[in-house]
Amino acid sequence: MDLNLFVKSIFVDNMIFAYFLGMCSYLAVSKNVKTALGLGAAVTFVLVVTLPVNYLLENYVLKADALVEGVDLSFLSFILFIAVIAGIVQLVEMVVERFSPALYASLGIFLPLIAVNCAIMGASLFMQQRKFETLGQATTYALGSGIGWLLAIVGLAAVREKMAYSNVPPALRGLGITFITVGLMAMAFMCFSGLKI
Amino acid sequence: MSELFSKKNKEVFFTPIGLNNPVTVQVLGICSALAVTAQLKPAIVMGLSVTIIVAFANVIISLLRNTIPNRIRIIVQLVVVAALVTIVSQVLKAFAYDVSVQLSVYVGLIITNCILMGRLEAFAMQNKPWESFLDGIGNGLGYAKVLVIVAFFRELLGSGALFGIQIVPESFYEMGYSNNGLMLMPPMALIICACIIWFERSRNKELQEKN
Repeated sequence: MDLNLFVKSIFVDNMIFAYFLGMCSYLAVSKNVKTALGLGAAVTFVLVVTLPVNYLLENYVLKADALVEGVDLSFLSFILFIAVIAGIVQLVEMVVERFSPALYASLGIFLPLIAVNCAIMGASLFMQQRKFETLGQATTYALGSGIGWLLAIVGLAAVREKMAYSNVPPALRGLGITFITVGLMAMAFMCFSGLKI
Repeated sequence: MSELFSKKNKEVFFTPIGLNNPVTVQVLGICSALAVTAQLKPAIVMGLSVTIIVAFANVIISLLRNTIPNRIRIIVQLVVVAALVTIVSQVLKAFAYDVSVQLSVYVGLIITNCILMGRLEAFAMQNKPWESFLDGIGNGLGYAKVLVIVAFFRELLGSGALFGIQIVPESFYEMGYSNNGLMLMPPMALIICACIIWFERSRNKELQEKN
């Protein structure tokens, strides 16, 4: 496992604070820590499952000369990636429901949401752009960004739980103050930039 | 012709630009709104691309709305959007290559932009093509409006330029003025967006939330 890539994808290239990926569900589901933890775990799980599949697809089907000599199918990548993601999310939902009802009760409600979470699609597109060399690297990246996302949403949920007791100016209540909180958290995460192991 | 621009249609078109803005009120499509706004040019290109894609996706889904089986509608919507995004991305690569490099993955991420799924689910599935088209254009422009405002302040304060042309005169720098580099970093996008929301909600009391 590539430790440097792992730590970097959690702290430096954090999905939320550096690239704003998955922001919609991040803002909507961060009202309490427990549900935030559930969604974060679901995102991490789906990332770890979909990214390797898309990696194989990218390298053995879509890349120039990968499938047939002289044919470049990379223009199909958006459609293929989103189809894989939507398909796998559906599959994971059915499997989890069948074999682990307890897990389904805690993760299940979030799974349909995740198919259109930009963090998942974004990770696949970054994988394509950064040209990872091995399947292991791609999986490490998926796990790292998932954990980074989890960390970010749980942190924000904890802050928002406490913020319910404070006196925020009326016009900033709700969305406005949440944006400012995320901005300040992102500034704090900026001090990780340049981190290397 | 008058029927095409009836009062109701005008409302469909104008409310998302102002009162029911997709970014600041409906909280949709934040990811890309924040990520591409360090400069004005990519922000405008992004706003236009989203407007075109929302409008046409709305029309296509609205035409198909009676034939799409309810269970697989999300996948159908995703495929339509993905096809449109592919077209836009190829056009950008062909005619505006440097902007498409700047936008990098965020063009592809229009597919998962919540504005699209939100409008397709909430509007195009129930309404006729022409209204859906207006709704798409309205929401796209509402989104573009926020992008342009954020990008204007970030580029002006962050690099002293607009559209890459130097605005702040040299004499200012000689007097000791310097650009605020933090403006170009991701956190300031969030904070500027918060300021827009703050401004808007102080003027419109009914938009304010309880807690």
